[in-house]
This record gives sequence, structure tokens and C-alpha cells, in this order.
Amino acid sequence: MNERVRKLREQSVNTEPYVSAERAILITDFYQSEEAKGLSAPMLRARAFKYIMENKEICINDGELIVGERGPAPKATPTYPELCCHSLEDLEILDKRERTPFRVSEEVKKVYKEKIIPFWKGRSMRDMLFNAMPEEWRKAFDAGVFTEFMEQRAPGHAILDDKIYHKGFLDFKKDIAEARRNLDFFNDPLAYDKDQELQAMDVAADALIRFAERHAEKARELAEREQDPVRKQELLQIAEICSWVPAHPPRTFWEALQMYWFVHLGFVTEYNPWDSFNPGRLDQHLYPFYRRDVEEGRLTKEKAKELLELFWIKFNNQPAPPKVGITEEQSATYQDFALINVGGVKKDGSDAVNELSYLILDVVEEMRLIQPSACVQLSKKNPDRFLKRAIRVVKAGFGQPSIFNTDVIIQEFLRTGKSIEDARLGGPSGCVTISAFGKESCTLTGYMNWVKIFELVLNNGVDPLTGEVVGIQMGDPRDFKTFEELMDAYKRQLKYFVDVKIKGNNIIERLYAQHLPAPYMSILFDDCIKKGEDYHAGGPRYRTTYIQGVGIGSLTDSMAAVKYHVFDKKTLSMEELLDAMKNNFEGKEELRQILVNKTPKYGNDDDYADSIATELFNAYFDVLDGRPNTKGGKYRVNLLPTTVHIYFGKVVGAMPNGRKAHQPLSDGISPTQGADVNGPTAVIKSVAKIDHARTGGTLLNQKFIPQVLETEEGIEKLAHLVRTYFRFDGHHIQFNVVTADTLREAQRKPEEYKDLIVRVAGYSDYFCDIGRDLQEEIIARTEQEGF
Amino acid sequence: MNIVSGGIIFDIKRFSVHDGPGIRTTIFFKGCPLSCWWCHNPESQSMNPELMLWPDRCIGCETCIKVCPNKAVSLIDNMIVTNRKKCVACGVCADNCPASAREIVGRRVSVEELLRDIEKDVTFYDESGGGVTISGGEPFLQWEFLENLLKECREREIHTAVDTTGYVDSDVILRVSDVIELFLYDLKLMDDSKHKYYTGVSNGLILKNLKLLDSAGKRIFARFPLIPGINDDEDNIRKTAEFVSGLSSVEEIDVLPYHKGGEQKAKRIGKRYLYNGEQPTDEVVERVVNLLQGYGLKVKIGG
Repeated sequence: MNERVRKLREQSVNTEPYVSAERAILITDFYQSEEAKGLSAPMLRARAFKYIMENKEICINDGELIVGERGPAPKATPTYPELCCHSLEDLEILDKRERTPFRVSEEVKKVYKEKIIPFWKGRSMRDMLFNAMPEEWRKAFDAGVFTEFMEQRAPGHAILDDKIYHKGFLDFKKDIAEARRNLDFFNDPLAYDKDQELQAMDVAADALIRFAERHAEKARELAEREQDPVRKQELLQIAEICSWVPAHPPRTFWEALQMYWFVHLGFVTEYNPWDSFNPGRLDQHLYPFYRRDVEEGRLTKEKAKELLELFWIKFNNQPAPPKVGITEEQSATYQDFALINVGGVKKDGSDAVNELSYLILDVVEEMRLIQPSACVQLSKKNPDRFLKRAIRVVKAGFGQPSIFNTDVIIQEFLRTGKSIEDARLGGPSGCVTISAFGKESCTLTGYMNWVKIFELVLNNGVDPLTGEVVGIQMGDPRDFKTFEELMDAYKRQLKYFVDVKIKGNNIIERLYAQHLPAPYMSILFDDCIKKGEDYHAGGPRYRTTYIQGVGIGSLTDSMAAVKYHVFDKKTLSMEELLDAMKNNFEGKEELRQILVNKTPKYGNDDDYADSIATELFNAYFDVLDGRPNTKGGKYRVNLLPTTVHIYFGKVVGAMPNGRKAHQPLSDGISPTQGADVNGPTAVIKSVAKIDHARTGGTLLNQKFIPQVLETEEGIEKLAHLVRTYFRFDGHHIQFNVVTADTLREAQRKPEEYKDLIVRVAGYSDYFCDIGRDLQEEIIARTEQEGF
Repeated sequence: MNIVSGGIIFDIKRFSVHDGPGIRTTIFFKGCPLSCWWCHNPESQSMNPELMLWPDRCIGCETCIKVCPNKAVSLIDNMIVTNRKKCVACGVCADNCPASAREIVGRRVSVEELLRDIEKDVTFYDESGGGVTISGGEPFLQWEFLENLLKECREREIHTAVDTTGYVDSDVILRVSDVIELFLYDLKLMDDSKHKYYTGVSNGLILKNLKLLDSAGKRIFARFPLIPGINDDEDNIRKTAEFVSGLSSVEEIDVLPYHKGGEQKAKRIGKRYLYNGEQPTDEVVERVVNLLQGYGLKVKIGG
């Protein structure tokens, strides 16, 4: 990287995240103003958005070419009190906590105390949401049966397609105007609502254009004072670009990146949506600009790389908004999950890999930033050298890029009714979940703790940690005569909690639709403009809701242990097992060892255990897939954990697989840490027994010792391993290339391993930042080697 | 070899990436006519099952003491001690040890059983150009079993490789070579007296068989275990290189640097381990590779 990039990168990496009250103040000012009175919900939101974009501080950092920050400066992190109004205690915690702290200044605390909290307390979405939840929901939530994504952050997982590279916001305004003209007030009883929504979109479009123009003004101002003639010229060029995009479609590679970045900032300013926002298929979107600019002599490969690297830094400047409580537990990271896709197939189904796909991989390798995340989409049509290039980046040992199977993703899309073109142009976002880019509202609503549900079955609905009745009571498991009876009880308990969760979701989705529509976001997703409907209320072409299943490895092994020892071999009674579990295996180490060592385990290509995993997956699929959400869309199944397997583990006592109380659960669809002993091909065979084509995403972690990838041949063999997994329709695989010894050493000497980045779940993070529990969990994962 | 329908193996490793092309499953046959000082699979030498101990896994529950039918396990000074003279490797303790701190290495398997395991990764072989490798021990000690197994593999279009010491009856190796697509052929020492000293057998037959296979046009990778102080001297390297250059079917020579895994395993099965050197430094490996390359040979480090 060149000097400019190096400096800006360093600034980004070394700046500590802190809370900025700017946005909180502006939105409160607006809501308290005369202007806000009597507005419809979408208009209120649009005008508030415009007010922020017109009044927030404009930041252009020294030397940068892509401009714009979400807060007043890099890592200055805004808050969203209309969603989650932090208490003074929250602010103290944010400031002092060891993991993912945000510095909070005295001024911020003061303004919160005097202005923000008095206005928003009781009025925020978080307050409304918890007040609206039924009792059974609260009990389950408190027990850790599931988590709730929408209690602090807005629905997200929204990824952009290529529309902003063809249309400017003036063009979107024309589309909006046309949609308003087409409204039929005589026959469409919702015409007024639609008109309000469309007007709101129009205001939001103006807001973004004005925001960019303010950057142009600032750049001109800086240029005037600039002594260095080279930088002066750059600033003038920045000014010109910001006057052009996003009002008009971009004309050059540089403008395309700046266009996206303004769009991105609008998105993360309107709300704090999960997984921020992301450009999706970046190599595809930028390639036409790249080729034209290079052909016409405006751009070199080096310059393109520099611009991309500066673009990367912009993402890293924006930590995930501060989370607290369980939301923080389930996603304890600054990483905000923008996942840039390269590779895959084109709209016509042909190989999409191009020169930029490789250049972006170079950038990923060189930047070594936790944000943005990058993944490759790998189709059987993509060349092996593309995969091998990706693996060489993986070999650099910071977990990026993750690798996704385009061919199975297309199957997943087609199964759920997407057109073949939309399917080919979609992909994964966040950790692993797929969506039709630019056309789908894909909402992850919370994790479902399969292992806790099983614990409740084993305790007849009572949570052994609290003694409270949380689940349904189906009798004492000591009376179960067969394994099938136990499995059946699990399925009924599961159905109960899925019902409870969906009941909550139905309320929450309507709360968002009614109180917090997203007119800006709605401009960008087909077919919100055409339908005059909001993103949160059914506007997008496809509308999917997920509840993410967690703990398939831990639960399979636990069930296999019961089946094997209690029902099949009958060497252990349920009574004895439950007693040992109740006492966390105190004085029962022999039994625990038998459970750990002498039981079939998931991840070893052993059908005894794997058939249970398949049944558990099918059970989850059967209770969830196809159920309606409030947006005219459907529920789908995905299996991923972020960091929730640590939190979910904490709320679960000892389990029949020999896991002691409060230890982490297995992550994603990965086997229990250390339970897979037959090597990576066996793991792949096991996890591929689940029908990935019926999911919206699965997550498989594999840890390899670096020696495996030392030689060209090793890289080739890993490539074969990935290709074979994908022949089996595996959805996603990601790698840590590091030894447990290195990780232990990093625990001992964190100061020497500040830069060590590891793959956690669907993302990478600094090893020293992730907290002891997660560190231990990663160390415990099976180390694969080549024999 | 007495029972044609079955054989004795001590391990199956999937995702084997150092024993031939592609992703492979390696089956380790038990029993070896050689007793190399540096043997990296000491549990492969005897054809009989052996008791392997993992003391670091032991939780001290004393189950082994209670269940051993031969009273071979006892508590001495608060330590669980196994008298290997009394132990007949019957496996009762291993079956009952909760912590898997006691294992029996060596089990009799049928061709059908092995085929089931081999078939598990057939898609990986297809994708990577891999297959099955038979290693050991010396696979040809159980040549009829080997032949039956590999014949079945060939019928299933699974690529076959055999890792051999070459210390095999010439007729046998030629006969079975029909179902072997790749030989991984060890060349340990060129000096015969040293060979006898360090491996227990002469290298005459080994070199002869290699020439025979070469003349028969079999595909061969030569393998050179690099053992510091025993075979890393220039004279031996040059002689090895000269010998290999004189052959036409040897495609490459794989240098396998010594590692200490064997010493650990010897301890676990209660065997004396004769080699007490260290693994070669990168400089030594590089020197050997350069010397071999000087003869125009294709050299790889590792398999």
C-alpha cells in the first residue's frame, strides 16, 4: 500500500471508538421542533433524516479521496435513541467495559442526562417493544431460549444491487414522481398512505443529494486554504465528484465508489440496521467503470487499487453502533458485517470472475482490516485459479475471505420463488445469510437456542438455573420409554418456542412498520417505489424472516449420548444421567468421560450421530419454513451463531454430551469443539447430510494448522476440499489458519499479538479483543491437519 | 499371511495429503520385516495387536485395574502401572477405559469393511485426483489381502498407491503390481552394511525390486526419509541420486524429514526407540534437496 493509504489505515486502526452525541442531539431537536408536528410516520422520518443530513458535521480527512463519515470523525459513533435510548448506566458500561468499549465523554453524558434521555425514555422502539411482548415471550427471552435482534437495532441485512451505478437520485426522484402520478385515489383505498410514503422517499432523496453537496462545499473550502498544489487539485476533484454523485449516476470508477459511499452513509444514518449496509457484488458493479477508465487512460490498476483501499478504510472507520445487554452478548464485536462479494455468476449464468475480482482479493490481503468482510462466491463455472487465489489470502491467516457456494445459493433462491436472474445476482451478506440483492428485505430476528430447549425437555419445562417454568410440561423424562418419545418431546417444545418467538416477531414487525418506516432505504429496494410501500411494510419484491438455529453440534451429541447409553445399550439410566448433569458431573468424571469419549459424535461421518443431526434440522425446518411474516413474505431457516454460542452456553447447564455447565455451545453447523476426530473430509460429509438447499445459509468453521497450506500442493488440496464440499451442496466454509499454540501465546502476551486476527463465526476479529470465553472456544476447535 | 479374507491394520487416515496425488485415504497395514531405528510408526512393526497408553488422558479411575483378566495392571506408588509381560493386548481395559487413555492398536478387518471406509471419501478422490494409499508397516507382508483389496478398488475405479519398503519377494511385488497404480518406494540407505545395521535387513532385494518395477514401467515416487546422522551424508545422498537417475519410471523423489512422532508412539506401546537424533534443520533439508536436484531429479519435501 502507498503512503497515503498507510497513514489513513493507521489512523483508522489506532483510533479508539467513541460515542458521538451528534445524531442523538439532531434527531431530538427535530422531533421536538414545530416542524415535526402532525406529520405522518414516513414524513416524520424523512424530514428528520433530512434535518440530520443538512446539519451534521462534514468531515473530510487529510489525504483521503473517498469522503464522508457517519459521525463527525472516524470512529465517532452515533447513537439512535429513537431505537434504543441508552441510560446513563449504559453509557458507563460502554465506557468501562473490557470488550468492545466506546469512550463516552462527560459532555455526552451531560447531554444524555439533560436532553436525550428525558425525551426518549419510554418513547424508544426498545421501550415500546418490551412493553408489547407477552409474558411467555419475556420468560423465554430471560431464560436465554432466544434472542431478539430488533430491540436495539433496526432490521437490516439489506444489500445493494447495481441500480445506483445506472441511476442517480434525481432519476429516483423521477421514478417516485411517476409512482405518485400513477396512484389511483378513486380505487385504491391505501393511496393516501402510499402517497405519504412516496413523498417521504422524495424528501429522503433530496437529503442525500444535499449531504453530498455539503461535502463539495467543504472540499472547495479546504482547497482554497490548501498550500500543496497536488492536494488542492485533489480537493477540487472531490468537490466536482460530490456535486455530481449521488444526484447523477457515476461516470468513472472513482465516482462509482463515492456514489456507493454516500448511499451507504445515508443508510447507516437513517437507522442503525443490522449488518450496516453493503455494496454486494462489488467486482461486478465496478468492472464496467474500471474497464472504461483504463481503456480511456483515466485510470491505472495501481490507482484503482489505491481507491479501493481508501474505500476499505471508510468501512473500518465505522464500528458497529454500541450494543448493550444481550444484544452485545450475541454480537460482541465492532465488526458491522458488511460483506463484499466477489466472483460468482452473471445474470446470464456465466462465469463472473474478472480482473477486479483478483484486484479486490489483493486489497483484502494487503489491508488486513476486520471491516469490511469479504467473501468469494464460488460457482463450478469459476476457474480454480480464482479459488486458489482466495485460499492464498486465507493462508495469510486472518480468516478472510469466506467461501460461498454460488450453485447451491441459486438452488436456495429458486426453492423460495426467486426468478433465476434475481437468484444469480444475489448472494450472502452479514455472516452467511442470502438475499436477492437490491430486492429483498431479509430480516434476521434472533437466535434460537436448541440446546436450552432440550434442557427444558429434560427438566419437564422448568429452567434448572432459575426453577421457573419456562417451557411446556410434557412429563418427567425418566418416564420416557423410547428415544422417539424423547425426540418427540423435543419437537413439541421446539414448536412451542418457535410459536412464541413468531408471536413476538409479528408484533415487532408491525411496530417498525407503523412507527419507524424507512423511506430512504425504501428508495433503494425494488419494488418499494413502484408499490408505494415501505421497506418495513412489504415494499421489497421478496420478504423473508429468519430465526437462526444454534447448537446443532452440541444438541446432536447430547441426543446421541442419551440414545446410545440410555436407550440402545442401556448401560446408563436416565435417572443417573440427569442426576450427574444436575451436579455438573461432580464426582462423576468417569461417566462424563464415557459420554465424551465413548459416544458417537456429529462430525465424524458416522450415521448414528449424523442421522440425529438431520432429524434436528428437519424438525426445525418443519416448524418454521414457509410460515407467513407480516410483510406478505415467509419464514426461512438458517444456522449461524455470530458470538451467541458463548451466551447461549452460559445459560445452559451440563449436557449429556459431557459438556459442563455454562460452557460454549457448538457454532454454526460445525461439530462440537474437539468432537470431530476423523479429519476434514469426515466433517464435510457429516455437515453435508443436512439439506443446505433448504436453508438461507449455514456456517461451517474449520481450523487448519498453517503447515497444511505451506506448499502449492497444500493450497491445491484445500481447494479440492472446498470444491468437494460444494459438490455436496455445502453453503459456506471458512478457515482459521493458525495453531492453538499461537493462540495460547497470544493470550499470554497480548501486547505482541495486537494484530492477530481470527475467524470467529461469519466474521473476523482481533483475537485480543474478543474476550476470554470466545478465545477459549476458538482454541478448543479441532485443529485439522493433513496426514 | 495366513487368512486370505482378512488382514490386520492399525489405522485409517482420511484427508491424507502426503501419500500420493490428491486427497487420499491411507490404510496402515500392521507388520513390517524392517525395524528402522527412526521408525515413525513403531506400532506398525509387530503383526500382533498392541496396547497403546495415553497417560495424559488418564483420570485415575482405576477401571483398568479392576477389569484386566490377566492382572497386568496394578497401582504402584499411586501410579497405574501396566506390566507388559503379563498383558496379552486382549483389549478389555481399552473397551472399559472411560477416558480412552488405553487403546488397542491393530485390528482384523475384511476387504468389505475397508471398502466401506474407502468409499466414504470417493467424491474427494474424484475431485482431487486422489484415491487410496496402503501404507504400513509393510503392506506386502499381507500381500494376498492387499491384492484382494486393491483389485476391488480398481474395479471401483479408485486410484491405488502402495507405500513399500521394497523388502518383498520379487515375484510377489511384480504380481500385485498389476493392481497398483503408484508405488511410493522407500530408499533409506545405499550402503548395505549401514542398511543392515539401522533397519535390520539388507538393501539388496530392495534395490533389485525397484529396478524390476522400473523395468516393468510402473509409476514410482521414490521416498527418502531424511535422518540426521544416519543417511544425510553427502555420499549417501549422491549414491541415492545416482541410483534414482539411472531409473526411468521414477517420477520424483520425496524427501521426508525426520520428526519425533515415532519416539512418542514407541513410548506409548512400551517399545524401545533407538534413534535419539533431532529433526533436521531447514538448512540440512535444503542442502539435501539441492544435492538431489543437482542430478536433475524432481524433488519434493514431504509426500
